[in-house]
Amino acid sequence: MAQAMFRIWRGDARGGGFQDFTVQISDGMVVLDVVHQIQAEQANDLAVRWNCKAGKCGSCSAEINGHPKLMCMTRLSSLPLDRPVTVEPMRTFPLVRDLVTDVSWNYEVKKRIKPFQPRTPDAADGTWRMDQRDVDRVQEFRKCIECFLCQDVCHVLREHQLHREYIGPRFYVHTAALEMHPLDVANRLADLRGPGGLGYCNITKCCTKVCPEGIKITDNAIIPLKERVVDEFYDPVRRLFRIFRPKPQPPPAKGAPEAEPEPTRTAASSSAPR
Amino acid sequence: MAGYETHTYDVLVVGAGGAGLRAAIAAAAQGARVGLVCKSLLGKAHTVMAEGGAAAALGNVDDRDNWRVHFADTMRGGAYLNNWRMAELHAQEAPARVRELEAWGALFDRTPDGRILQRNFGGHRYPRLAHVGDRTGLEMIRTLQDHSVYEPKISVHMETTLITLLRSGNRVVGGFGYEREKGGFLLFRAKAVVLATGGIGRAFQITSNSWEYTGDGLGLAYRAGAELMDMEFVQFHPTGMIWPPSVRGLLVTEGVRGEGGILKNSEGRRFMFDNIPPLYQSHTADNPEEGWRYTQGDKNARRPPELLTRDHVARMIMREVKAGRGSPHGGVYLDIAWIKEKLPNAAAHIQRKLPSMYHQFKQLADVDITEQPMEIGPTMHYMMGGIKVDAESQMSTVPGLFAAGECAAGLHGANRLGGNSLSDLLVFGNRAGEYAARYAAAAPPLEAADADMKAQADQAAQEALAPFSRSRGEGPFQVQQALQELMQNNAGIVRTQAELETARAGIAELRRRAEHVAVDGNRGYNPGWHTALDLRNLLIVAEAVATAAVQRQESRGAHFRDDFPAKDDGQGLYNSIVARGAGGAMEFRRQPLRPMPAELQQIIEEMK
Repeated sequence: MAQAMFRIWRGDARGGGFQDFTVQISDGMVVLDVVHQIQAEQANDLAVRWNCKAGKCGSCSAEINGHPKLMCMTRLSSLPLDRPVTVEPMRTFPLVRDLVTDVSWNYEVKKRIKPFQPRTPDAADGTWRMDQRDVDRVQEFRKCIECFLCQDVCHVLREHQLHREYIGPRFYVHTAALEMHPLDVANRLADLRGPGGLGYCNITKCCTKVCPEGIKITDNAIIPLKERVVDEFYDPVRRLFRIFRPKPQPPPAKGAPEAEPEPTRTAASSSAPR
Repeated sequence: MAGYETHTYDVLVVGAGGAGLRAAIAAAAQGARVGLVCKSLLGKAHTVMAEGGAAAALGNVDDRDNWRVHFADTMRGGAYLNNWRMAELHAQEAPARVRELEAWGALFDRTPDGRILQRNFGGHRYPRLAHVGDRTGLEMIRTLQDHSVYEPKISVHMETTLITLLRSGNRVVGGFGYEREKGGFLLFRAKAVVLATGGIGRAFQITSNSWEYTGDGLGLAYRAGAELMDMEFVQFHPTGMIWPPSVRGLLVTEGVRGEGGILKNSEGRRFMFDNIPPLYQSHTADNPEEGWRYTQGDKNARRPPELLTRDHVARMIMREVKAGRGSPHGGVYLDIAWIKEKLPNAAAHIQRKLPSMYHQFKQLADVDITEQPMEIGPTMHYMMGGIKVDAESQMSTVPGLFAAGECAAGLHGANRLGGNSLSDLLVFGNRAGEYAARYAAAAPPLEAADADMKAQADQAAQEALAPFSRSRGEGPFQVQQALQELMQNNAGIVRTQAELETARAGIAELRRRAEHVAVDGNRGYNPGWHTALDLRNLLIVAEAVATAAVQRQESRGAHFRDDFPAKDDGQGLYNSIVARGAGGAMEFRRQPLRPMPAELQQIIEEMK
């Protein structure tokens, strides 16, 4: 049986470092198998978060040889084993211990997004009619397993730490799923432009590259949302309409809030919650 | 309370899979303050793994379907050991629970006229499973999760594990547990507790279940004095991945067979036509052509034998393997690629209908299921048995303690039909939450119980920390692995008296070993410590399975005895009950079935 060297980050918020482990490897193994083997045989207290081991729950996110990945879906055959394989926790989130990070910020962000609000049912029995094509468009976003690898790799969070004024790719996908839901009637565009920080995203597509579900985050979620925000707030015809409108109307259910100048933002003016 | 971080709720829900989330939402809707404790992060529970769909007699695809047919199918599947009242409530309420999810944002696949699409599944007479491709569980848990986060009455405690339930007199008044991040103890005062902890898969070596499935709810309830029921009925799903070794056991959805997938042995023979049980003969196709038409929605066709109940399909696969007609890694072949003989664009069709399966095989096994057959074999999948509950309220035999979903028993009898678990957790999660909230509203104040709680918490804390104080001892993972091997080999798909006795003796020995395990490190996020704490529950459920299985000297549903291969209605029509006796040892008794009302009996006769 072949051997491989794994260099795993161990420690907590106070500090830590890499520890090397030599492991026996066999056909078809994934990185999470190696971590479990180490846990069972060499370091009982090696902390790792995992559940399904099938790429469906999104718990075992980590950085393998520097790449954000799910440990359960990364086969050893896809890694160069002639040198040590490094496994580190996601860097964008505060460390709990070893490979486990505190991702609770994501759960708080979700609470701030306007919930699903369906239109009145289509049929007398309280049900709706939807076309499969309209459902299909949103299913891509609903495949998201909340592994937060897109959040981990997004430079607005990773380098600039703008956790307070930017919700990140995961929640643009979530918002897109709601905005494009065939039944939803709420409007989240003002929230995206303001507290959602959509303007910070400069579509480098890093999030799309790391998504284990293959969701085209930038092309199918973020860019359409940006277009909707632009249409809503920066369309010159609409702007004129707003200026010459006799007096402000109470906002309709799906209406646009008053136009505001784009606030100036600098990355340095904010601090991260960590 | 002095010494421990303390939270007070009306209802404490343990587990945040589908049943726990649905219970929390229902309890909050009754005005209760709800604490929701989950072993992992919110939204990661095992419900995400459910693939096929939620069974509900909506009648959208075939208008001959209604709750009566669903009821009769469920009872037949359970070999008539089911709690008939639960089966009745489940069939009646599932459609409303599924429609409610749609009102909360779930997006199911559609019929051509825009209603919820339903798919065929084993044991269901008509297409009945509301689904989203093959990731229905994810859609359901995310819908429930996203609905619950806006509910201010629900407080979530993520990565928190209950170690023991707290009692005052004979009633449950809360729970004591620990949070993983720092390892600190938490005391929950609660007027009612709902257990929704799922199954026991980690008692077996080859399982589709995640690490969390250690029978926590069953162990907690048993130790609190509750009765467990039907513990011999462990479902082995016929199609789990078998290669590579690291994914052995990982589920391959029954949806593959629902879409036309067929089972073949190494000789290329479609062996499922060889042996169709008499009870199902009139519902099953007798030639491949009719079976194919069934999967494509022909209402006049009967289902292919691949869609017989899971217990039967699993045993048929084992028979092929034992007869030397298995695949190279000890399973058989599941082939969906063959449908290209029937359909244009078959590859695209497969990828659209079974996206996760396509992905899973491509990524983990280098197999393209649109081109090649899959190698599959049985995997421990579901626990029919569990905490004995009242059908209407889901209350266990201990006042104030409720249970819902996989950790409760009754609905599925001797064998569960695919698709009935997602509807189970919606229907009975809802009921458990509602009735727990009502119970809490009428329960006496908790203050009188505080002294009892403190004493029990102190005792539990001391026991929980003991593995740290043993400097030289075996590691917890080794004991867990030994238990899994023991149960796999001696209490698996095909059982005998001698093997089950071996299992029982082995469990007793492992209990002694578990008392001496030692763990390294400190209390913060320590998987070794966690595994040490899990062992107690795993050993209880393993002993319960072996005990009930030894006693049932017949073969019925998922329980197959090589030494008693026939069904024996003379002595087999009972529910087995295990509970902790006065001396602390496990006690067993047979509970006769409750007579079924004439109108339900008539439904069963009509649907035969």
